[in-house]
Amino acid sequence: MRARTEIVSTLGFLERNLSLVKRYLGWEIVFMTYNIVNALTIGFIGVTQGKQFVMYLTIGALIWGFLSVLFHEISESVAWERWEGTIEYTFMAPIHRFTQLFGSCLFAIVYGLIRTVLILLAVALFLGLSLKGADLGAAFVVLVVSGLSFIGLGLVAAILPLMSTEKGAQATHIMEAVILLVSGVYYDVSVLPKWLQPLSAFSPATYSLRALRGALLEGQSLAELWPTVLLLLAIGVLLIPLGLIAFNQAEIYAKRTGKLKRNG
Amino acid sequence: MNAIHCRNINKHFKKKKVIALKEIEFTVPKGETFGIIGPNGSGKSTLVRILSTLLIPDTGSATVFTHDVVKSPMAVRRMINRVSVDAAFFKKLSAWENLRYAARLYGVPKQQARERTLAILDSMGFPKKRFDEPLEELSRGMQQKVAIARSLFTSPILLLLDEPTTGLDPRSKREVQDFIFGLKRQTDITVLLTTHDMAEAETLCDRIAIINGGGFIAVDKAERLKDRFGVNDLEAVFMRSTGREWEESEQDAEDRD
Repeated sequence: MRARTEIVSTLGFLERNLSLVKRYLGWEIVFMTYNIVNALTIGFIGVTQGKQFVMYLTIGALIWGFLSVLFHEISESVAWERWEGTIEYTFMAPIHRFTQLFGSCLFAIVYGLIRTVLILLAVALFLGLSLKGADLGAAFVVLVVSGLSFIGLGLVAAILPLMSTEKGAQATHIMEAVILLVSGVYYDVSVLPKWLQPLSAFSPATYSLRALRGALLEGQSLAELWPTVLLLLAIGVLLIPLGLIAFNQAEIYAKRTGKLKRNG
Repeated sequence: MNAIHCRNINKHFKKKKVIALKEIEFTVPKGETFGIIGPNGSGKSTLVRILSTLLIPDTGSATVFTHDVVKSPMAVRRMINRVSVDAAFFKKLSAWENLRYAARLYGVPKQQARERTLAILDSMGFPKKRFDEPLEELSRGMQQKVAIARSLFTSPILLLLDEPTTGLDPRSKREVQDFIFGLKRQTDITVLLTTHDMAEAETLCDRIAIINGGGFIAVDKAERLKDRFGVNDLEAVFMRSTGREWEESEQDAEDRD
C-alpha cells in the first residue's frame, strides 16, 4: 500500500512539472528555438572542416544539452520550490525524500530526452547529418548510463540550495560551468592547459562524450566501449546513494537552522 | 488522548540572534481548538513549523498523537495538514492542478480529491467556475480558501492554521471563520490556530495561549483569562500579562527582524 502511494507520488511530480511546462509554453518555445539555433550555430562552425567535424560538434551540443537539463532540473528543484513558495508543503507531505527526488529525476529524463530528440531532428534537417555506420544501440546504452551519473551529480548539487538559498543556486551554476569547461564538449580535453586537464578526469561528461563520439562517429560497439560504460555506471551507482545521503544530512541542517522555508 | 504534547521547547536562531521559543510547554487534547495569540515575531509560526516537522527544536520534545515530530516525522505528517498565512501554491497552475498534485502526495484518488475539495470550497462560497483558472488570477481570499481545501481533503486529524485570515478582506475572513466554526462543530478534528485577531480567537478557540517574546504568558479559556486579569477583552489581557502594549511588542519584533 505504501509502495503504491510512493509510486503515485512520483507520478505527481511528473504530472505537476508537465502542467508547469504547459503553463509556461511560450517560454518553452523560446528556449527550444534558442537551443536549436545554438546547436545549429555550433554545427555551422565545423562545416568548413567537413561532415565528421560537424557531427563531432553537434554531438557535443546535443549531449551537453541533455546532461545539463538533467543536472538543472534536479539540482534546482529545491531552489525552484523555494521561489514558488511551495517548499514547506512538499517537505511536510508524507512521502519519502527518495520519492520526491526520483519524481524530479523522472521528469528531467523525459523532458531532456524529448528536447534532445527535437533538437536532433531540427539539426539533422539543416545540416544534412547522416548516422550511417554509427552503433545506435551502443550510443543509447551510453546515454542511459551517462544519465545515471548526471542524476547523481544533480543530487549532490541539490543540497547546495537547501543549505544556502541564493549562494547555493549560484554554486550549482559554477559547478555546471566547470563541467562544461573541462569535459571536452566541443574540443578534445588535450587542448586544455596542462594544469586544467586533470579536472576532466573527474567529470562523468568527459567519458560520456568520448564514448558517444566513439559509437556515433566511429561505429564502436558496446563490447569496445564496455570499460567506459562500466566506469560511467560505477560513477552513477556511487553518486546516487551519496547524493541521497548528503541530501538527508542537508535537510536535517536546514531544519535545525530554519532554512527549510520559502523565500520572502 | 492528547493531540499535541510539547515539553520544554526552546528554539533560537543563531544568525538573527533571536530566541524564537522559550520553554514552551502545553498539551492539547483530541478534538480541542487551541488558539495562540501574539504579535508578529512572537514565535507562533516557529511553533507551528516545529509541529509540521519542518523545524527541529534546540531542546525539548513535541509529540502529535504520541508520535515525536523529530523521531517519527513520517507518522506525524500522515496525521496533520497546515494552512499558512501565505497561500503557497504554484501560482501559474490552477486550483485543481495544485490540488491534484497534493492529492498525489497524500495518496488520495483524484476523483475523490476533486469531489471533496469542490464541496469544501462550495461551503466557503468559492465559485466553482474559477476552479480551473490559474491561481495568480484569483483574489487573495480565494487563494486562501483553496489552501484550506487543500489542508482538509487529506482528512487530517490535526489541522495547523497559522494566521489563516490575516490579510483577507472582511467578507472572505468571515467566510473562512464560519467554515472553521462549522468544522469544529461537525467533526472531532483537533485545531491549532494562531492569530492576531483577538475576536477570532475568542469565537473559535476552546482555550487560548498568549505568547510574547517566544514564551507562553498565560493559557486558559478566554473568559477565565479575562476574569483572571480583571479585564473585558483579550488585548487588555495581553497588556496586563506582559506589561506592554500590543503595538509596542509588534514594533520590537519588527526591529529584531
